[in-house]
Amino acid sequence: MGDAPGIQPGNGLRHRRRRAQTIQRWIVVAVLGTFFLLPLVAMAEFTTRGTQGRRNLDTWRLLVNFGQLNVDYPQLVDGVKMSAGLVCLTVVMMLVILVPTMVWVRLRLPWLSRPLEFICLLPLTIPAIVLVVGLAPVYAWVAYFLGPSSLTLVFAYTVLVLPYAYRALDAGLSGIDVKTLSEAARSLGAGWATVMWRVVVPNVRSAVVSASFLTITLVLGEFTVANLLSRNNLQVAINLLGKRDAGVSVAVSLTALLLAFALLIVFFLVTGSGRRRRVRGARPPLSASAAAPLAPAVPT
Amino acid sequence: MTPNRTGSPRTPGSGLGSGPRSGPGFGSGSSVLLEDLRRTYGVVNALDGLTLDVAPGELVALLGPSGCGKTTALRGLAGLEDLDGGRVVVGGEDLTNVPTNKRDMGMVFQAYSLFPHLTAVENVAFGLRMRKVSGAERRRRALESLELVGLGELADRYAGEMSGGQQQRVALARALAIRPRVLLLDEPLSALDARVRAQLREEIRRIQLEVGTTALFVTHDQEEALAIADRVGVMRAGQLEQLGTPEAVYTRPATEFVAEFVGLSSRLAGVSDGGTAMLRAGRVPLLPGSPASGPVQVLVRPEAVRLHSAQDTPPGGAAADELTGRVVQTTFLGSLARVSVDDGAGGTVLAQVTAADATAMPPGTAVRVELLPTPALGVGVTSG
Repeated sequence: MGDAPGIQPGNGLRHRRRRAQTIQRWIVVAVLGTFFLLPLVAMAEFTTRGTQGRRNLDTWRLLVNFGQLNVDYPQLVDGVKMSAGLVCLTVVMMLVILVPTMVWVRLRLPWLSRPLEFICLLPLTIPAIVLVVGLAPVYAWVAYFLGPSSLTLVFAYTVLVLPYAYRALDAGLSGIDVKTLSEAARSLGAGWATVMWRVVVPNVRSAVVSASFLTITLVLGEFTVANLLSRNNLQVAINLLGKRDAGVSVAVSLTALLLAFALLIVFFLVTGSGRRRRVRGARPPLSASAAAPLAPAVPT
Repeated sequence: MTPNRTGSPRTPGSGLGSGPRSGPGFGSGSSVLLEDLRRTYGVVNALDGLTLDVAPGELVALLGPSGCGKTTALRGLAGLEDLDGGRVVVGGEDLTNVPTNKRDMGMVFQAYSLFPHLTAVENVAFGLRMRKVSGAERRRRALESLELVGLGELADRYAGEMSGGQQQRVALARALAIRPRVLLLDEPLSALDARVRAQLREEIRRIQLEVGTTALFVTHDQEEALAIADRVGVMRAGQLEQLGTPEAVYTRPATEFVAEFVGLSSRLAGVSDGGTAMLRAGRVPLLPGSPASGPVQVLVRPEAVRLHSAQDTPPGGAAADELTGRVVQTTFLGSLARVSVDDGAGGTVLAQVTAADATAMPPGTAVRVELLPTPALGVGVTSG
């Protein structure tokens, strides 16, 4: 009898606190949302400006008309193509180089793991401009042997993505017992290629996906190296376009940003499904996504 | 005389149940010869000229403390370890330079080694897939192997949905599904709790007998080794100290190390006069390999020691040189108990008695120690 009056005020207090916390949360979300969305809205607004204060979607109509775009802005189309090609090549090259190397170091050369980590993280500490100074003479030879194609940027980009990809893959590989699994597979008759393809990669799938998406976002946003080495890619084209037609330039930038967001959403969906499967199935490796930093989707 | 270092192999499978028989779809095992295996890590000799011969269908347990080289030997046999010297011969074929994936050996690891992204049946079918067995046949044989380990109903479960014991059973099924020439077990039970471990080791033995495969079982658990092996090889510093039947290794240890590593012993001082040694508690026969004369320390098993109340006079009256002492500790082991007796001269005598007898001898009780005439190993007393 004496308890009831005491409980009710306590519940009320808790209820008020919860409500206050909810409001605080929404305020934070609203402020951050405004901070991030305002520039995007401003960009969208800018692209719809017409003459005499009117609004139209001419810029966006042009963007979806690929044929016309190719005629009006051939360098932009070339930049898009180059960036798309670079994305594919860089992802493949990064995975082909990094995954077997990291697995091999874990299996046979564990003493090399620290030096490997150091080398992979090194590009993070070197400013892009300094990197280009070192890369310029190298690229003189690259151009000599492979021609001046912008796709040759794949070598530089593979180096640039190493820190992000290494971290993502390292987190994934730490979540499984690579040594035991590969030895088990070997004892069952699997060759090294099979061990890699059928045992290691499926078990670090989310880490591979994570590393790939980070690579994609970084390559899509890369400007400095391409520009200073006089190659063309999406960001270089946008930059040049900005000097000629600001509306189209901003529209393309906005599209690139939205594409990056879309990729991140796809990434979370893919790794999320991986996590759900692991919960149902195998022992949970560390989430690669949790450890992997997000690469910038804006020009570097 | 050199003690029983090699021991003659028992008929494979004589330790438990009947001899090997080929189960459905399983072949018999191959002989294994490890000859003068050598492996060095820096200044450490992990394998120092190890030689071991395993008969077809036999289960040999390699037993020893951590770092004695038993796992290195197993991995050397599997091809997972690069050897500095020696030969690995299986079924008459020299496999020394054959890569792991061509050796046709099934291996169960200490750590859980199921592929997390595959179900139990897919795990078991993995080795068959590598051997290009067709899909339907692969699944049939994988299920057959799972049935063999009693896990047919868990075929579609992932590793994360199974207990440690179940995972190791699936790993065993996976190793057996490829019909290996040799089954290698690298401390497969060490991560399991005691009850599951005891259950699974019986299971491993049953299955090994059923499929008739040759097996090499590495463990540091003496009980495990003695319980399931046809022969036990006790290793120390990269070499075999003794290889023999479990009974031989336990009752007739070849060296001081084996006597102390396998089972418990009390060190009792005495004097050797050839075949026997005279101790304070009486005369005991000595095993071959013991010093022929002079002061010795005899390693006496607890079950060769009887305890009597100090008040009980032995038949024929109390001997002047009888060993008496006081109970200092009693460890209950279920139906039996182990009693530690302080012999009053700085030594401790271990005795194994029934739990009821142990209750009648609480710590502090004065007891008289009697030795049974069980042969024991005598070791020389080093001066200084």
